[in-house]
Amino acid sequence: MVQFLSPDGKLHVPEEWAHYGEYLNRLTEADYLKFYRDMARIRRFDNEATALQRQGQLGLWIPAIGQEAAQIGSGYGVGSNDHIFPSYREHGVALTHGIDLMSILKMLRGVNHGGWNPDETRFHLYAIVLGSQVLHATGYAMGVNFDGHVATGNPEVDQAVITYFGDGATAEGDVSEGLLFAAINKTPQVFFCQNNQWAISSSTASQTTVPLYRRGEGFGVNGIRIDGNDVLASYAVTAKHMDDARNGLGPYLIEALTYRIGAHTTSDDPTKYRTNEEVEYWKARDPLKRLEIFLREQGVGQVFFDDVAASGDALAEEIRLATFALPNPPFETMFNHVYSEPHPLIEEQMAWLENYEGSFEAEGHLAHQTSSIQIIETNDVIQVNHEGGAA
Amino acid sequence: MSNFVEMPIAKAINAGLRQAMARDPKVLLFGEDIAELGGVFRVTEGILNQFGPKRIMNSPIAESGIVGTAIGLAMRGYRPVVEIQFDGFIFPAFDQITTQLAKMQNRSEGFHQMPVVIRVPFGGGIGAVEHHSESPEAYFAHTAGLRVVSPSNPNDAYWMIQQAIASNDPVMFFEPKRRYWQKGPVNLDTAPMPLHAARVLREGTSATIACYGPMVTVALQAAEIAAEEGISLEVIDIRSISPIDFTTIVDSVKKTGRLVVASEASNFVSVAGEIAARVAEQAFYHLEAPVLRVGGFDVPYPPAKLEELFLPDADRILEAVDRILAY
Repeated sequence: MVQFLSPDGKLHVPEEWAHYGEYLNRLTEADYLKFYRDMARIRRFDNEATALQRQGQLGLWIPAIGQEAAQIGSGYGVGSNDHIFPSYREHGVALTHGIDLMSILKMLRGVNHGGWNPDETRFHLYAIVLGSQVLHATGYAMGVNFDGHVATGNPEVDQAVITYFGDGATAEGDVSEGLLFAAINKTPQVFFCQNNQWAISSSTASQTTVPLYRRGEGFGVNGIRIDGNDVLASYAVTAKHMDDARNGLGPYLIEALTYRIGAHTTSDDPTKYRTNEEVEYWKARDPLKRLEIFLREQGVGQVFFDDVAASGDALAEEIRLATFALPNPPFETMFNHVYSEPHPLIEEQMAWLENYEGSFEAEGHLAHQTSSIQIIETNDVIQVNHEGGAA
Repeated sequence: MSNFVEMPIAKAINAGLRQAMARDPKVLLFGEDIAELGGVFRVTEGILNQFGPKRIMNSPIAESGIVGTAIGLAMRGYRPVVEIQFDGFIFPAFDQITTQLAKMQNRSEGFHQMPVVIRVPFGGGIGAVEHHSESPEAYFAHTAGLRVVSPSNPNDAYWMIQQAIASNDPVMFFEPKRRYWQKGPVNLDTAPMPLHAARVLREGTSATIACYGPMVTVALQAAEIAAEEGISLEVIDIRSISPIDFTTIVDSVKKTGRLVVASEASNFVSVAGEIAARVAEQAFYHLEAPVLRVGGFDVPYPPAKLEELFLPDADRILEAVDRILAY
């Protein structure tokens, strides 16, 4: 397992991992601080999102606490020309590629399905069906090959693709088929598996009998396990294999061994299937804590950590207020982009709904549409109760 | 003067694919055994020689992988045309088709259109083993975001495959496999009509038969037999299963007052059922009799020695016509 930063904050590059360790030489002090700042900010964001869900402002939240190093490190290991195909827990990766975090909250509130531009951001939409995005990434990477955007030596042209998935998703056939198609087509691609050890309530042991970093071997995709709670290992190993992919060396699998400190989602109760001792064991291997120790030993002062905390609180307030202010989508948005051209059934049904809604106003009743936002109204009531007791 | 060439449906699809590939370098073909072999039905025969291995490729035998990677290629700007070897083998790809391909444009608010065509030889009548004779079109017609079409003759096959490839939406292209070698004239100059328009193939006054794909030949036979008995049947090839050109069907029913919908698919929750419901909504006062569905039975597609009893033939259509004329 590749580890550069130990849980007690000691930096060490073992000889056998020197080819990855070289990548740390690319980092400046500012990069180390950025890693810490982003990990801390995304954790603060995550905690705030959980609170928003508990207040009824979000339908669901999907916490990624504990996985910040795996996500921030690998996210920064992805080049500015590369494409990213996430699963649904990649908030940290999203942060490293400029996704507006409110887009994620909009999705979890039920306003839209994300809404960001996947081509412009190169960060594709969250995929909810486990493993489905792995095939999209592989197909996209096949296209990069067909376009000749591999191993030209021109950094403006060469591209690689990274796809994120969890330990649970590895059981899906799509992940196996993705590995196979990638190997056969020698795609410029990294498979990044965050093994957070729990697929809802199923342990990794119930998902595989062979370590996941070896899952690709039979298909022709070699792999490596890294300490997913070490942001430096996550950065260096991802950067190295994305470089290799861009240079035409084909696909590679990275298993980031980490731990999901929180629940699978806010609908989950992890106390039913795992022990407190286990959670405490992993909290002692916290990805932020070890970087903080390291940075303090490097002479980074309290002012920096205070500033990071303040910036996290500001982010939390910003997203909280922005969530309260989110309007419901206009009714016609559900009919939009179902097809690329006018479609008789869609047009007929949209016209019918518009007329039906209009009929309530014509009769002098409140617009019937208010009933379709009942959930949000209820949420508003909860919000009012929560803040001021006035309903 | 139009340029007509006589060819079978399989060759017409082949010719249409070549046209689309010559027109747009982003059109890629892949699927199981489609390159050197030309597919198990030889529909893509010779394309490898003309366009080379960067335009037509064999895939691993992994249907979800075929459709899933087609989605990724479409995101990259390609227009993949993939072949699913047989109707009954499409289900490993059902998830990618229904949860991803169909929804991607809507999910991405239009950022990612999905110009993917999935070619599926479908239907029975070829004496095959299990899973080689099915009619799964209703599953896909039920899924918003997909377009579903089925040509019944070489001219439509030639043009509809090109129109499907030109569409920026995913198109399920159901090919009537038992008619692959049925010949007909192909007009190489002019498309007959838009992809989603139905066509009145034979005009009549006593009753309307709506059908598609392999059943069109059967319905025309039935109309021929009925004519000898003085019954005038109007035959409509609906061509497009989603969306359905209800206007053409309803206009016909307003004229004849009677409708039979014929397909090889099982009747329960079928395309035929949807047509019957629509016609009841839109032509109620014109109907002289209930709309009848003539289809496969609601059983798994049977072993080959029983398929003649499973598949509707001209007599089964005429039996239904007799019943609606009795009202």
